Amino acid sequence: MIEVKGLSKRFGTVQILTDISAVFETGKVNQIIGKSGSGKSVLAKCMVGLHVPEQGKVLYENRSFYDMDRDQKTEIRQEIGMLFQGSALFDSLTVFQNVMFPLQMFSHKSKSEMEDRAHSCLKRVNILDKDRLFPAELSGGMQKRVGIARAIAMNPKYLFCDEPNSGLDPQTSILIDELIKEITEEFKTTTIVITHDMNSVVETGENIIFIHKGQKWWQGTGDELLNNDNKELNEFIFAGGLMRRIKRSLKN
Amino acid sequence: MGIIGHIGQYFHLLKETFSRPERFRVYWSRTLEEMDLLGIKSIGIVALLSFFMGAVITIQTKTNIDSPLIQAWVVGFATRQSTILEFSPTIIALILAGKVGSNIAAEIGSMRVKEQIDALDIMGVNSAGFLILPKIVASMFMNPFLVMVSMFLSIFGGYVAGTGTGIISATDYLQGIQTGFIPYHITYALIKTVVFAFIIATVSAYQGYYTIGGTREVGISSTKAVVYSNVVILIANYALTQFLLV
Repeated sequence: MIEVKGLSKRFGTVQILTDISAVFETGKVNQIIGKSGSGKSVLAKCMVGLHVPEQGKVLYENRSFYDMDRDQKTEIRQEIGMLFQGSALFDSLTVFQNVMFPLQMFSHKSKSEMEDRAHSCLKRVNILDKDRLFPAELSGGMQKRVGIARAIAMNPKYLFCDEPNSGLDPQTSILIDELIKEITEEFKTTTIVITHDMNSVVETGENIIFIHKGQKWWQGTGDELLNNDNKELNEFIFAGGLMRRIKRSLKN
Repeated sequence: MGIIGHIGQYFHLLKETFSRPERFRVYWSRTLEEMDLLGIKSIGIVALLSFFMGAVITIQTKTNIDSPLIQAWVVGFATRQSTILEFSPTIIALILAGKVGSNIAAEIGSMRVKEQIDALDIMGVNSAGFLILPKIVASMFMNPFLVMVSMFLSIFGGYVAGTGTGIISATDYLQGIQTGFIPYHITYALIKTVVFAFIIATVSAYQGYYTIGGTREVGISSTKAVVYSNVVILIANYALTQFLLV
């Protein structure tokens, strides 16, 4: 479980996040949703320590991240896997080497055990046959799969996914969503997905947090999402034509 | 950010860079790769430049001191002194700031804008140490070799140009390059080279590491890396000459 308490962040004079408090549950796909520029990626980056908030706490199983020393933070970070919006694979390394990288840096396993682990991660995301290719030779969807394989290589307790569907076609998006959900259930990770893809939210969201103008505006489950009476949330959810049709059919 | 802010941030980055490596074996293999990329792959340009630089120094010296009062071997002497004291360590450093410095800034800057540095940080890897330390070690180790190759080829280039065009005899040139040789001048040149290598690697890495934006900003960082490295090298050159030779 990850708990955020009273988190505020600003860049210069611009206030990005204001007093955010939320709980992200273990074994569930927790989603942070909101418009572009609402502060959801900044929130995730504050949670993993890429941005330092002015106020507030981030607790990993009651361990306060910002009260830790450097070595403790390094330990926590080895429990975190992150899938980036642009995948952030290392260009000069092959698919296999990308997945091996965190193992080589931190694992105390033998070389053959590390190779077995990397192969099993690639197999898990159905991309084992592409292990000798470089990231530039892969499609966007394949790059996301490799990003997931690298993120789970160290058996993380916490999995962060920053807009995992961006730039993908609807079918590939569904496959990536399903993969994230399966991995969350299989490895009992606390998964946090930052997204504004409503299809993904409706399909996989179990604990949803809506960020609006840097504040937590709403929190609930996927079922509650479609029947809420929050004006700003409804404007966000039903902005697309498809969602408006779904709303009409739900009413009928 | 003002210049004081940049200097502070530069030293903060150095502190991060020199903190304890996570896996020495991984850092060592990266250092060997960087030695190949930054050192071995620069031999060609260094050799070409040095040979012609020596040739031009010899011809220029001869045409400018063509007097019956000056002995012929002075051309060889001047070529050697110019090469060892200034041309090889400083000019080659400026050339390497262009070739290696822009490479370092572009590589690290691209990694920054593609979130690859964030990925390293989230894994718990000290990204500054992992990316920059091998480049510093590789540059400080390889550049002295490049400069020694440069010294030899520059003096050899002077010999080929001088004797080939008939402006100086082989005997006079060889006498000139041996006359009044002070071994400390080689030490001085190598000390300068090591300092310049550190400047090239760290100033360029700093520019790349703090790149914000996209591909355009990566280009700007590469340009700044070359310009600032050159400026700092020239200032350090003056300071080291004053300190080590005067």
